[in-house]
Parts: sequence; C-alpha cells; structure tokens
Amino acid sequence: MPIKSYLAHPHEGQKEALIKDLSAIEHCEVIPAENKEILIVVTDTSNKLEEDIIKEKLESIKSLKLLAMVSGFNTPINN
Amino acid sequence: MYTSVTGRRSFIKKMAMLSAMTAAATMFPGIIFAKEQEEGIPKGNLDWKKAPCRFCGVGCGVLVGVENGKAVAVKGDPKSPVNKGLCCVKGYHSVMAMYGKDRLTKPLVKKNGRYVETSMKEALDLIASKMKETIKDHGKDAVSIYGSGQWTIPDGYVASKLFKGCIGTNNVEANARLCMASAVTGFLTSFGIDEPMGCYEDIDHADVFILWGNNMAEMHPVLFSRMLDQRLKRGVKIIDLATRTTRTSMAADRSILFLPQTDLAVANAICYEIIKNKWVNKSFVEKHCNFSKGLTNMGYGLEDKYKFKDKPEKISFKEYENFLEDYTPEKVEKISGVSAKDIKYMASFYGDPNKKVMSLWCMGPNQHSRGTWMNNLIYNIHLLTGKISTPGNSPFSLTGQPSACGTVREVGTLTHKLPHGVVMNKKHREFAAKIWDVPVENISPKPTYHTVEMFRALDRGDIRFMWIQVTNPMVTMPKLKRYRDGAEKEGRFIVVSDIYPTPTTDIADVILPSAMWVEREGMYGNSERRTQYFEQMVNPPGEAMSDTWQLVEVAKRLGYEKQFYYKEETHIEEIYTEYRKHHDNKKHNMAPLEVLKENPGMQWPYVEGKPTQWRFNSKYDPACSNGEEFHFYGKPDGKAIIWQRPYEPAAEEPDEQYPYWLNTGRVVEHWHTGSMTRRIPVLHKAMPHSYVELNPNDAKRLQIKTGDNVRLTTRRGNIVLPASVNQRGVPAPMQVFVPFFDENMLINEITLDSFCPISKEPDYKKCAVQIEKV
Repeated sequence: MPIKSYLAHPHEGQKEALIKDLSAIEHCEVIPAENKEILIVVTDTSNKLEEDIIKEKLESIKSLKLLAMVSGFNTPINN
Repeated sequence: MYTSVTGRRSFIKKMAMLSAMTAAATMFPGIIFAKEQEEGIPKGNLDWKKAPCRFCGVGCGVLVGVENGKAVAVKGDPKSPVNKGLCCVKGYHSVMAMYGKDRLTKPLVKKNGRYVETSMKEALDLIASKMKETIKDHGKDAVSIYGSGQWTIPDGYVASKLFKGCIGTNNVEANARLCMASAVTGFLTSFGIDEPMGCYEDIDHADVFILWGNNMAEMHPVLFSRMLDQRLKRGVKIIDLATRTTRTSMAADRSILFLPQTDLAVANAICYEIIKNKWVNKSFVEKHCNFSKGLTNMGYGLEDKYKFKDKPEKISFKEYENFLEDYTPEKVEKISGVSAKDIKYMASFYGDPNKKVMSLWCMGPNQHSRGTWMNNLIYNIHLLTGKISTPGNSPFSLTGQPSACGTVREVGTLTHKLPHGVVMNKKHREFAAKIWDVPVENISPKPTYHTVEMFRALDRGDIRFMWIQVTNPMVTMPKLKRYRDGAEKEGRFIVVSDIYPTPTTDIADVILPSAMWVEREGMYGNSERRTQYFEQMVNPPGEAMSDTWQLVEVAKRLGYEKQFYYKEETHIEEIYTEYRKHHDNKKHNMAPLEVLKENPGMQWPYVEGKPTQWRFNSKYDPACSNGEEFHFYGKPDGKAIIWQRPYEPAAEEPDEQYPYWLNTGRVVEHWHTGSMTRRIPVLHKAMPHSYVELNPNDAKRLQIKTGDNVRLTTRRGNIVLPASVNQRGVPAPMQVFVPFFDENMLINEITLDSFCPISKEPDYKKCAVQIEKV
C-alpha cells in the first residue's frame, strides 16, 4: 500500500554504515548522494502493519541521525 | 478497468524518488545522485541547450540534450532560479512529446468529408482566401482566432497585430480565459495592473503557506518541493484549504476542507477575525488602501449575449466592518463546513505580525463563478495585514500554461486587450497603431466576444471563420456538445494548427502541422513575470511550421506585407524587438533579447539592467514614485482596493434529482488535455484513462468499488467512467471528481458553461450530478 520517500541524514562519518544498514531492510530502496552526506530512502510496503514495522526498523538504526519524509503515496498494491 | 498494474506502481515509486531528489537538490545545490540521474540519458556527446519547460506555468529551466538532430534527453537547469536543477516527471519526459508516431507532418484539407494531404503553400492560400471571402460576405467580425497560453510571445503578438491592427476585429481570444481570466480581473480590480507582485523567492522567506483550492503536489510539483524543502530546513507550515483530499493535503501540516463555493465566506471570516482581533496593519491600510463595493447578484452568464458591468462604489472602513458581521467564524462554519476553530487558526497566521505568509492558488479560486471576487478576497487578507510585496509576504496566483502570463496577459491576446492597455482606451489604441504601423481607426474600440461567447457566436453564425492554434477546445469547453455541434454547422470554416490529431482537429476544414517548442525559436513568460528565450534546436518534421510563421504567411497573403515585413531567418528577433516597444516604461519594461539569450530568463519590469522581484515596494521596484514604502501605481491614486464581496451560491447546486457536486481537474501524469503527455509511453501507461473519484462512504452505500462502471448524469447529458475509491484523491461526501485529460471520456460533455460575470472564466469546479452504478 504505502510508498514513501525520505531523506536520511547519517551521523558524521557514518554514511557507509547507514547505506549498509538500510540496504539490509526488506522493501527499502536506498539511493545515496554521490557528493553529499545524505541518502534517499524509498519504502514500498503492502499494508499499514508492514509500514509500521519498517518505520520502526528505520528509526532503530544507530547510524541514522535524522529521517525526514518527503512524499507518501497511499496506493493500493495491485494498482 | 484499471490497467498497467505494476507499471503504475513503479511509476509512483519513481515519482516518490524524484520528489526526494528534488527536495535534496534544493537543500544541497549541486548534489549528485549519479546512478539515477544518468539512467536513461543516452551515452555520447550530447549538445545541451537551455529552454523553459514546455508544460506548466512554473517555467522551470531545462537543458535539452540534442544528438544527431534529435532531442534525446532533458535535465533540470541548475542555473535556473526557478527550479534550481529540478524537474518534475512531465518535464523529464518532455522531449518524448515531440516524437509520437502520429505526429502531423503535412497540411490536411477536408474534401467531401475526407482529409486530403496538400502542400503548405496551398493550405495557406486557401486559409487566406477563405478569410477574405468571409470578411466580404459577413464582415470583419465574422473571422476570429482562438489561441492559448502555449502560444509563444511572437505567436500571440502577430495574431493580435493581424486581427486587431490589420483586419480590425477584436475577435482574438485564448484558452487562458478558461484558466487565468479571474486572476487578471482580480489583479486589475484590486491593484489596477496585472500579474503577481511577488516571485518564487518568496517561498524561501515565508513561514506559513496557505493553499487555496490548489493541489500543488500534482500541479506544481517543483514549487511544492521547494516548500517541502523549506519545511525540512526551517519548519515552515503548509495548510491545505480545499474541497477534496489530495496528495497536497496528505503532505500538508493541516488539511482543512470546505464545501464548494464557500471559500468566499471563509475568506471573509478570516478578514472578520483580523479586524476583530485588531490585527489590521493600520498605518499600511490608511496610507495604501481604499475600500469599495460592487454590484451583487450578478447572475452566471448562462444565457447568450449575457452582459455585466460592475459599478464600484467607495465605502468606509466602518461600512466594511459592518458587512463582515455576517461572516463571523461561527456563522461561516454553518455555511462552509469549516470549523470556527480552523477559521481562527488560519486567521491567526495572517494576523501574527511575526509570521510571513504566502497564499497560493490556481484553478480553485479562478475557475469559480465568483472568481474575481475570490481573488479580491485573498488580496483583502494580505492588504488588511500589510503582508504584501515584501519577501515572504505574498499573495501568489499560479498559472497552468507556459506562457499564459507571457503571451495571453502581457501580449494581450484577449478581446479587450492590447499589448499595452485596452482597446476601449483611445490613447492605448493610438499607441498600438503607431507601433503596428496601421491607421488608428483600424483598431475597434469595442471588445467583441470572450471565449464562451465566441463559441456561442460560432454556433449562432455570427462568427463564420475560426483559426484555432495550439489548444484543444473540443476537449476543454464546458457544456461541450453545444460548441462542437456549433462548430460543425454548415457555413463554418475552421482551421486548426496543432502537432497531433485531437478532437479539435476532427472539426477542422484545414489542419496545419505546427512546429513544437524547440523545433522553432521563441519565448515564454512564466507566473513570476520571468520571460525565457529558447532557440530552435531541432528541425520540425515534414512541412510543420511555427504558428508565428503560419500567421505571417497568411498576413502577407491578405495584403499586409508592410506590417509583416519580417524576414524568415530573423523574424523572432524582429518581432520581439517590436513587441518590447509596447512595454517601454518602468512598470513593464522587458529585457532585451541578448539578455534573455544569456540568462535563464529575466523578470520584468527590467529597468536599467536589473529585474524587479517585488513590485509596488520602493526598495525593489523603480516604478514606485510616491516617496512612500509602497506604491500601488496601477491605480490613479496609488492605492490598492479592499473589496466588499459577499458569499453567493454557485450557478447550479446539488438538489434531490442531482444530489452530488461534480468537480473536474488535472492529474500529475498528464498535462491538461493529454494531447502531448498521452503520447509519452511512461506517462500514458501510468495513467491510461480517466476515472471518477468517489468518497468511500458514498461508494459503500452505493455498493461501488474501484473499477466499477459509474454513470454520471447532469442536465447536459451523461458519461460512464470507472470508479476510483480511496486511491489518489478522496472527495468529501456527496462530491465526485473527474480529471479532464482523457479525450475518450470527455467530462466536459456534462459540465456547465456558467462563468464569473467579471472575468468570464467558466466554473469547471461546480455543477450538480447524479451518480449510479451500471
């Protein structure tokens, strides 16, 4: 259901660790900036429960300093 | 009914990613997401050239990658202050719109009911001879031209010069009448001069954004991203005041819903609160504002030859204050459905002297049977609080077409307008006649037909010849059947210049293939008074020709060689240089062509080598001359007007037989009637056809689910559409929404042709409809 995109800011010097941590999460796509300390995260989940779980996982990442949502499209999975 | 299941989802994912990239790029100019940005861009030595985007009125700067004579890629221009290197999904795919399989490449003439290919020379000869014949048989007011906000500045300029200056008819209109006319009359009645006083940089200064019926997330995504970026950086607030829950509502800090048409009451209630709480900026109002009222109960223009002329009357502040007693938040809550608490919440931001507020609107207040009033009311709020013409304090009317401002409003391709001033003013006529090198008697002092009335005149037979360029009225006219039947009547001759077959080319006697965007040279003017130049980058296909040169060729055939002296190689420069003479003053001076060529556009008034970002503010605007901080020089006494404008109902409201409101509009994937974006495979696949959005509770009660066929019936007819429940947008209970991009599901067959009596802009947002599952 929900497709959301975020800007993820790592703690200083922990960009690589954050990329690694985020890449390990299912339904989560990571696009790191080449020249800045910031990453784009796009989550694509089937329902609210999955969305809540993924949000919890994201927020528990130690290398993550700040996660800011940019857009959220609540789109049915089969559409 | 829904198709492209996975395609659409991956498209939405891509858009989510693009939104994030956009936000990131505004925070970190020059940021690179190499893999994503380079994906899809062909390898090799592309020649990147700058242009304004072809689509909406934001006017993003883009770089077009050209390889072997073909435009193959697009990226945002990092030097453009409009979009700072960003692009929306339509912009990224814009060059693909030039290469659809069914591109028109040869002129077509209808013979015995069939279209036959002909040469451009023969087609132009035929058009000129038909125009001569029509003028001889029926008079000069029997010929007309209908253009658009996609006309480049030179297109609109030569159209106006030919019809108004040479032929001598004011039968010149453009589709911006359908989207921007209320904004124009709003500016003229409140300030005496058109176009926004502020600019996009206001976004970087404002603390609060109040969006009035404006789904910016879908319609102006790059500007919306700039706002989201400011929220990340500075914690600004975004409030979405609308009739329907959209992506904008979902991203906003607060979504407030009002019942259709009652924004008039809500705006007045905000003014009531401002006065009641003593938030009025007294010294600003005393120095810079007058109060006026106009006529009320004006009607809705539903009858042919409807006429209205307002009678403004000055009133005192006290009278205005008394008028607002009918609009206490508690009273307005009952009319509008907006809680008194929410009205006070919005008013508190406007009233807080420490908060800079930007109001943004587009089609909601403009396509409104009281559109001029709605524009006036938003200005009232900003004028009462003095929050205007300073960085971040900005009532900002957005536009939907790339040159609605630059061409229709500035060149003046509306029946009453001239490039400088109006046809009714003798001095303005004399000024235009001198530049155009025509006898002043040629320019008629009487406006003829606004758009709806022009198509009514075509139906009645008062107009016999119509040339339609770069617009698709057989999709966009309200109460469409009447106007299509009218255009198809015997004795009418219709010329359509376009790049693809459309429902409008279907009614043509002659179809001219046009050159599109960077296949020719030109300029557009965007919503923030920025004029942008683009060069010809690729050749148009076949015999396709720019709309400008089509008009020049016909003008010469009509005997106006002296006025249309331009050389083919240099005509755009010659036309622009001539056009600039009309605006040679501190209030509107346009930048020279060489400046436009070197820069990512330039804002007017361009005075002594500098653009003007904030008009009417003496710190920024060299046209201010009253020695005060502000000077609203559009009005003879230098003061803006705060208007007393009441709430009045819409022309047609739901009743027992037609119990729902019908609202129409746009979607992010398609640009307006979809004639270009539906030929871009990724966009078409993402949104292949229209639909009707229903409120989930209504859908449940009617046992309708997504994909079910639903019949919509109004007093004009009926149409069947697939249902959309809880998908992209969610209408309020007892309301439905239908986008108009789909020529196979023409929602305007059933809309109403009521319009604002002052602006003559139709209200596409409100009529009564019955719905049933089929």
